[in-house]
Amino acid sequence: MAMTATVGHAHADPHHIGFVVEHPGPAPKRTVTAYGFWVFLLSDIVMFSCFFAAYAVLVSQTADGPKGSEIFEQRNVAIETVCLLLSSFTCGMASIAADVRNRFWFYLGMAVTCVLGLIFLAIEFKEFADLVARGYGPSRSAFLTAFFSLVGCHGLHVSAGVLWLLTMMAQVFAKGFRADVLRRMMCFALFWHALDIIWVGVFSVVYLLGSGV
Amino acid sequence: MLGKLDWSAIPFDQPIPLIAGAIVLVGILAVLTWVVVKGHLPYLWHEWITSVDHKRIGAMYILLASVMLLRGGSDAIMMRIQQAIAYQSQGYLPPEHYNQIFSAHGTIMIFFVAMPFVIGLMNLVVPLQLGVRDVAFPTLNSVGFWLTATGALLVNLSLVIGEFARTGWLAFPPLSGLSYSPGVGVDYYAWSLQISGVGTLVAGINLVTTVLKLRTKGMNYLRMPMFCWTTLASSLLIVAAFPILTATLAMLLLDRYLGFHFFTNEAGGNVMMFMNLIWAWGHPEVYILVLPAFGIFSEVVSTFSGKALFGYRSMVLATMAICVISFMVWLHHFFTMGAGPDVNAIFGIASMIIAVPTGVKIYNWLFTMYGGRIRFATPMLWAVGFMVTFIIGGLTGVLVAVPPADFILHNSMFLVAHFHNVIIGGVLFGAFAGFEYWFPKAFGFRLDERWGKLAFWFTFTGFYVTFVPLYVAGMLGMTRRLQHYNVAAWRPWMIVAAVGMAVLSIGVICQIMQLVVSIRNREALRDRTGDPWDGRSLEWATSSPPPVFNFAFNPDVRGEDAYWDMKTHAKQQLLEHEVPEYQDIEMPRNSPTGFVCAFFATIMGFALIWHIWWMVILGGIGAFATFVVFAWRDHDEYVIPAAEVAAIDRVNLEERRSLVSLAGAI
Repeated sequence: MAMTATVGHAHADPHHIGFVVEHPGPAPKRTVTAYGFWVFLLSDIVMFSCFFAAYAVLVSQTADGPKGSEIFEQRNVAIETVCLLLSSFTCGMASIAADVRNRFWFYLGMAVTCVLGLIFLAIEFKEFADLVARGYGPSRSAFLTAFFSLVGCHGLHVSAGVLWLLTMMAQVFAKGFRADVLRRMMCFALFWHALDIIWVGVFSVVYLLGSGV
Repeated sequence: MLGKLDWSAIPFDQPIPLIAGAIVLVGILAVLTWVVVKGHLPYLWHEWITSVDHKRIGAMYILLASVMLLRGGSDAIMMRIQQAIAYQSQGYLPPEHYNQIFSAHGTIMIFFVAMPFVIGLMNLVVPLQLGVRDVAFPTLNSVGFWLTATGALLVNLSLVIGEFARTGWLAFPPLSGLSYSPGVGVDYYAWSLQISGVGTLVAGINLVTTVLKLRTKGMNYLRMPMFCWTTLASSLLIVAAFPILTATLAMLLLDRYLGFHFFTNEAGGNVMMFMNLIWAWGHPEVYILVLPAFGIFSEVVSTFSGKALFGYRSMVLATMAICVISFMVWLHHFFTMGAGPDVNAIFGIASMIIAVPTGVKIYNWLFTMYGGRIRFATPMLWAVGFMVTFIIGGLTGVLVAVPPADFILHNSMFLVAHFHNVIIGGVLFGAFAGFEYWFPKAFGFRLDERWGKLAFWFTFTGFYVTFVPLYVAGMLGMTRRLQHYNVAAWRPWMIVAAVGMAVLSIGVICQIMQLVVSIRNREALRDRTGDPWDGRSLEWATSSPPPVFNFAFNPDVRGEDAYWDMKTHAKQQLLEHEVPEYQDIEMPRNSPTGFVCAFFATIMGFALIWHIWWMVILGGIGAFATFVVFAWRDHDEYVIPAAEVAAIDRVNLEERRSLVSLAGAI
């Protein structure tokens, strides 16, 4: 459903600014859904920006607790990053498979995305658990508060994404590649890629900048 | 098993909340019994509770706002009486109760009166003005409404189970932190705002997408009615600002529940960060509320002056300028908190700059009226009353935007008078104007003009008698939120303000009477043509109330003031003679998703407040399951056959034709 625009003439326009491109009418459903979801993602990014801001404000407030460089483990973070970036690729493959209605590649792409997401979550969970076990939990200092909240907020989003992913697989299994299922799949893919972008921010601001200090 | 909840949560020793709670409970039970006994329950369920029709949802938003206005208004009456009698005495409200009342008053009036009122009007009117059949996401729209209702329910629950926050409507830490507010009050506050905040965000996303992506053919951006523009600006602000509120309250809750240190005094927490974050949301919030009101006034002034809006493009520009600048003035809410002269100067100047586009708007309205044939119907009275009142409020606002003046007036009754001046004079007058103006569209009959005018004059007078004394008291050094005081000079002003409150209350009673009288006389007040005010935009091109599909045909727009254009260019005659070719219309099916989702959200919110963890998990699973069930349904639309569309549309065409023949050629 391509949108067509017709060109009207000056007399249709009270301000006589010359040619007017007439609005063609309501957009197709797929466009509307994607657009609305984009707007949601922007709002989600605004929320993350608050946690980033809080982290920037509180990063030096260690209250005699550990600094970032003392607790961050580059190797784990590198594995996490690779997992998440790869999962974005496999999620893209699943989207393409859904568009050409290939069930096998869709399930495979989604399953790999899911596994990569779970590995990411497992590593993050272990990092958190280790810190808490060493007495460096979020109540230790304002820096750790901000660290746990920012990284944890991203982790919660990934967890929700995994839940959504499994629901999408179940839905394709039950309903096939219906128009509304495909629209949801598109939103899911947008969501997953957005989490990747936010992780790039977390990786740079928290782990890269932090390990130097 | 039940977390912190036990019998001590019920305030048996405090008669006021207990009696108020009992009255409300009896009221609710009476209404429910009436609904069930009369057999209205199926109608209510199928036509309203599960409805995804934007007009119905809009009407429910407004109903919620009106009920909560009575609740917030009772708080206001109690505070005015307290301050009138608590001179050198304790008055009748103990401090901890008084503190809950002013906190609840502010929270309710902003989040559960002003917000739902303007969102309700936007929901009701914007799709009609854009010439489309529904909003972008109808079911989500219903979810948004019911989540807002959940928030309102939780706030009111705190009246009888536990307590509400005693921290003021923005719950500044460290007072709102666990060490100084160990009770459940702040938790009630934060969770109800978190839940209703999700609802507001959903409404914002929905309206942005609707305005940007769902306009009828030919409805170019610069042909949209002003109300659509202000809706767009306000919704953009919701999308950009409400996530900040969500994040800030989440941080506060983490501090309270898990011992985090965002805003604590210990371990490096930063209290000023809360001020910055909450006002980075809070100042745009002011414009989220007032921009739609500006849109309403634009529609009303233009319609009742019989002229196109003066300076339409400058109005659009002013609206979008306000939308952007509103994010750059937040610091003026805490000039006194040590930001230093340079920062204060910049924010002071920005605060004065934002008054410029507002001034542009005022002049545009005045020039719209100039040379027009003005009809002083009730909506127009509210609009003119607004202009006078809002200018005064704006001037006192520019005054407190000057940092040196603000150091003296900060946190005084002067400030209280100022923001009531702009919120009542701007938002509430706008909401009432919109209510009077679009009521016939929503329900098919006009409101009684005599009671409407009485309501206006009592409210208008009552407003000044109440709030001018507060300005004076502020100048005399009275600070806000005082439970009692010993300064004799303040006393007379507090008594005058209490009298003003009584006059305001008469205005409210008039408004209720107006509704009762109008419903009783609805046959005489019936609007048969769909165009009771000789309107200019597309909502008047369909019947009152509009059919579920709004328009039998998506209108084709050729310029500004689309419907006026149709009327003057004899399109009406065309409509008369052509027999249109009707087509089947697909509409979204009703869905209980919103209601069920809010049901689980209520359980979850209540459980979180009282630390009942198993119930939290149960509520979460329930909410997720609701969405899955919704995603699994196979038929989300139904078809209205062409014949039925034709039958509905012809009735309205007949009425319009008779109007045309009565008036001769238009």
